[in-house]
Amino acid sequence: MTEEIIIAGFGGQGVLSMGKILAYSGIMQDKEVSWMPSYGPEMRGGTANVTVILSDERISSPYLKMYDTAIILNQQSMDKFEKSVKPDGVLLYDPNGISHHPTRKDIKIYQIEGMKLAAEMGNKKIFNMVVLGAFLKIKPVIKLENVTDGLKKSLSERYHHLIPLNKEAIIKGLGSVSVYNVEEQAFHI
Amino acid sequence: MSELKLMKGNEALAEAAIRAGVDAYFGYPITPQSEVIEHLMAERPEERTGMVVLQAESEIAAINMVYGAASTGKKAMTSSSSPGISLKLEGISYLAGAELPAVIVNVVRGGPGLGTIQPSQADYFQSVKGGGHGDFKLYVLAPASVQEMSDFVEDAFDIAFKYRAPVLILSDGLIGQMMEKVHLKDQQKRMTDEEVIEKYGSWAVTGKTDRERNIITSLDLDPEKMEVRVYKLLKKYDQMEKEDLRYEKISCDDAEYLFVAYGSSARIAQKAVSLARKKGIKAGLLRPITLFPYPKHQLFELADQVKGILSVELNTGQMVEDVQLAVQHKVPVEHFGRTGGIIHTPEEVLEALEDKVIINGCIGNHKTRESSIL
Repeated sequence: MTEEIIIAGFGGQGVLSMGKILAYSGIMQDKEVSWMPSYGPEMRGGTANVTVILSDERISSPYLKMYDTAIILNQQSMDKFEKSVKPDGVLLYDPNGISHHPTRKDIKIYQIEGMKLAAEMGNKKIFNMVVLGAFLKIKPVIKLENVTDGLKKSLSERYHHLIPLNKEAIIKGLGSVSVYNVEEQAFHI
Repeated sequence: MSELKLMKGNEALAEAAIRAGVDAYFGYPITPQSEVIEHLMAERPEERTGMVVLQAESEIAAINMVYGAASTGKKAMTSSSSPGISLKLEGISYLAGAELPAVIVNVVRGGPGLGTIQPSQADYFQSVKGGGHGDFKLYVLAPASVQEMSDFVEDAFDIAFKYRAPVLILSDGLIGQMMEKVHLKDQQKRMTDEEVIEKYGSWAVTGKTDRERNIITSLDLDPEKMEVRVYKLLKKYDQMEKEDLRYEKISCDDAEYLFVAYGSSARIAQKAVSLARKKGIKAGLLRPITLFPYPKHQLFELADQVKGILSVELNTGQMVEDVQLAVQHKVPVEHFGRTGGIIHTPEEVLEALEDKVIINGCIGNHKTRESSIL
């Protein structure tokens, strides 16, 4: 198994920490992992992205052109990375703030109302965990118990009281994914 | 038991320095290597091992602090990124001249000048062709993973003390900033002065009591004596070539085409090898782990087996000159690389192999293997 993922959005949305939690969860499941961020001035309020690879084998390049899964959290990232999904790959996105929806017909497109659901749960900061849950529904590459262990490992101890809330958010995401039909430009639960 | 963690390359290097029993780190922050000093400060190594961590007022101050600490036989290191390393070069030349063991880490970013903060390998010439003034070389280790960022700290100090010579760890923004899992070694104690003398001899200035005077200097105004000094250095470099050359061969056994790449480019080229093999192109990769000494004999031999070689680097063509020297026109040698902070993709690397080596090398402008034999 090798899963090559790009997570892209605004700096501050928890893009990098979502990637880190996913990578740590991979380690908990004995996977080889790599986490390669875009770093630099573009992170301050601009776009941020991270490439995460989970694999049963030694990972060669941590930097890629095409991805099995793109998790897209803003319009700029949609413009940049829709074309970078491998044919038959997955594009998962939050429609919040998206004006131009994806149009490719050779990939599978899913939607998660991450921002809306997180707001409903009373904490916008868990938005990234809702999205992570949605990803794990589409690609069940990591078991939920390993994600919980990954959360413990990647959050410093003073935030450990938030783990139950994070877990709740992941479960919310697991149950809230819908499929986007390009032809009909509509969502199906 | 080793500890398993998910860490950035920079953090793993810093943690390894504490665990290897390093005595002192002097540095000055610069992207993309600031996590080194950040991690060292946060971990409070003065409480864990007594290690000194100090943010100097400048890169130049930091390297001269390393010179001072190394003179007393202590394991001292510094780290920076490209423009900061340029500032340190005078000090590095002095370290080599005074035969002092020290470890310098360069997490390379795009240049020249202030350049950019993104990954690059444009400091190859600076690292292996001297950089500083005078007849000297650095032993250069090029990590290609977070694990190697961690492991190479101890390896670098072993070499530095074996030869009494400065060692450079040449990383880049990609290896420094990425996270991978890393097995951290157990904590070692710092060595005492007595242990250093027992293992490496008495050469350091530790406060003379009942022994001959030890002198640390790089100055010798008598040219006869200076020449002897330089030849002594040369002898060390010869010994490094014989005893401490490191490289890795990946899929080379049946390879018809060869990538040569180090550090982050080696990771990308390794993916290009598997993409090539899926297309039926028998590609292999030679990864120099030490850039000096360089695996030139291994390349010379591989040139008998392969039809063409592509040197893959994040620069406009630096290591390719050493590949060409090693191969001695047996087969076409080409260069491919992005620069200025852009990272090439595995697909681009494979495309370059096909365009520059396979098509070009076999039909047109280049001397082919067959014609070179004739």
